[in-house]
Amino acid sequence: MAMAYSEKVRDHFANPRNVGKLDDANGVGEVGNAVCGDIMKMYLKIDDDGVISDVKFNTFGCGAAIATSSMATEMIKGKTIDDALKLTNKAVVEALDGLPAVKIHCSVLAEEAVKAALSDYYTRKGLPVPPECQMACGSNCEACQI
Amino acid sequence: MNVYFDNAATTSVSETALNAMLPCLKENYGNASSLHALGQEANRVLDESRQTIASLIGANPSELYFTSGGSEADNWIITQMAYQGRRKGKIHLISTAFEHHAVLHTLKKLEKEGFEVTLLPVHEDGLVRPEELDAAITDKTALVTIMYANNEIGTIQPITELAAISHKHGVFFHTDAVQAVGHLPIDVKAQGIDALSMSGHKFHGVKGTGALYCRKGVLLGNLIEGGAQERGKRAGTENIPGIVAMAAALQEACDHMEENAARVTAMRDKLIAGVLQIPNSRLNGDPVKRLPGNASFCFEGVEGESLLLRLDLAGVCASSGSACTSGSLDPSHVLLAIGLPTEVAHGSLRLTLDEVNTEEEVDYVLEKLPGIVRTLRNMSPVWEDMIEAGTAQAY
Repeated sequence: MAMAYSEKVRDHFANPRNVGKLDDANGVGEVGNAVCGDIMKMYLKIDDDGVISDVKFNTFGCGAAIATSSMATEMIKGKTIDDALKLTNKAVVEALDGLPAVKIHCSVLAEEAVKAALSDYYTRKGLPVPPECQMACGSNCEACQI
Repeated sequence: MNVYFDNAATTSVSETALNAMLPCLKENYGNASSLHALGQEANRVLDESRQTIASLIGANPSELYFTSGGSEADNWIITQMAYQGRRKGKIHLISTAFEHHAVLHTLKKLEKEGFEVTLLPVHEDGLVRPEELDAAITDKTALVTIMYANNEIGTIQPITELAAISHKHGVFFHTDAVQAVGHLPIDVKAQGIDALSMSGHKFHGVKGTGALYCRKGVLLGNLIEGGAQERGKRAGTENIPGIVAMAAALQEACDHMEENAARVTAMRDKLIAGVLQIPNSRLNGDPVKRLPGNASFCFEGVEGESLLLRLDLAGVCASSGSACTSGSLDPSHVLLAIGLPTEVAHGSLRLTLDEVNTEEEVDYVLEKLPGIVRTLRNMSPVWEDMIEAGTAQAY
């Protein structure tokens, strides 16, 4: 099947930003599953002012999964929690100059990974998890199948 | 360095094939149905090509029908034999779980029309068990269609034996030999093959060419209504340049088959031995009963499409059966058919060599691939989990 990735997707795939783990992360989220072929793990370091001072990711998945993870980390680094909660998969897709239709689920996964990590941050703090952290798909991979 | 290891997808057009077809595009451009000299010359090269190809697979020229490729040939013969069978109350069709989609989707269409389809298992080694075919045939079976060699994992089926079993029960036997023709010796008469599909661009012919062999005595229904081309069964002006190229390419492939196979097999085995040095990797399909040029692997903890893209950045053209290259969430039906867990099947890589490749190219891939797998594993949460679980070791 023919699929065209934009230059930006190719760049983020070939040179992914913020790859790795954060040992001092205070919010970690993992979404997807190996059966579906995509897993993203996001590590956040959030300081006392509620600013995401550092972010890293590890992803098992296709070119689009790696590129969307990379772009999502760039878009939330240095931002406040409130800003990060507003990150949508659509914004990630636009920042990458588009994705093939069959790859949109990868961008959904990137948004969910950020939310899962933020949810973990609230839980660790003993705070109620804001409703915005809830995953729209409930990690149901079939929901994204086109 | 640029390396093309995707010869099962398509091959380059050989000099021989190109030189054979060029005159048919410029000087000898006649329509084989025309009565004038130019037309008759076109008809002559068409006949000649038919004779060449037929003789190279052990068939008679009158048993060969030119098509647009393997898929068309598969669709045509399977649908025809199913409909013929139904007229005699035979509504059962037998194939395998890892056929090409040209076969599987045709069977699915027929299933919707009321046919019963049995897909034989292909086991971990990617091989059909003849006794399982024997047991699956009933008095309602109209057709057995089993691919000669698999396109993804390259395993070669015991075609002669499978044809004999089908005939023992009086059942018609077809094989999709798209990956085999030009690479393996084939003699339809000696092997008892009733029908065979082939495709020109898999052995250095051009795309959009193929043929169906169907043995004499079978009433093959028309595929395309119109003129008298292909004895009226497949109307439309013949693709003479393509057919001439296919004949020239097949002649060349068959003339050098033994030496090509020996050289390509040696390169393949070196590649396999080198790639299997990578931890948590596996070869898919039987190591010996496989096409000379096919090397199919899975790497745990890595997803196939990202592997392909990284190889592409390094100048290596390859392919994968991962879900991400198929446009669905399911990985290759071939890899699932040989019993691989879904998460392992996602990490597949197919490298297909042929005689135009060199040992330097094998060395180059062996130099690049381990680092690429390692880079992807280092960023893979699946790999991390495997290390934690003790099923993989960090390296």
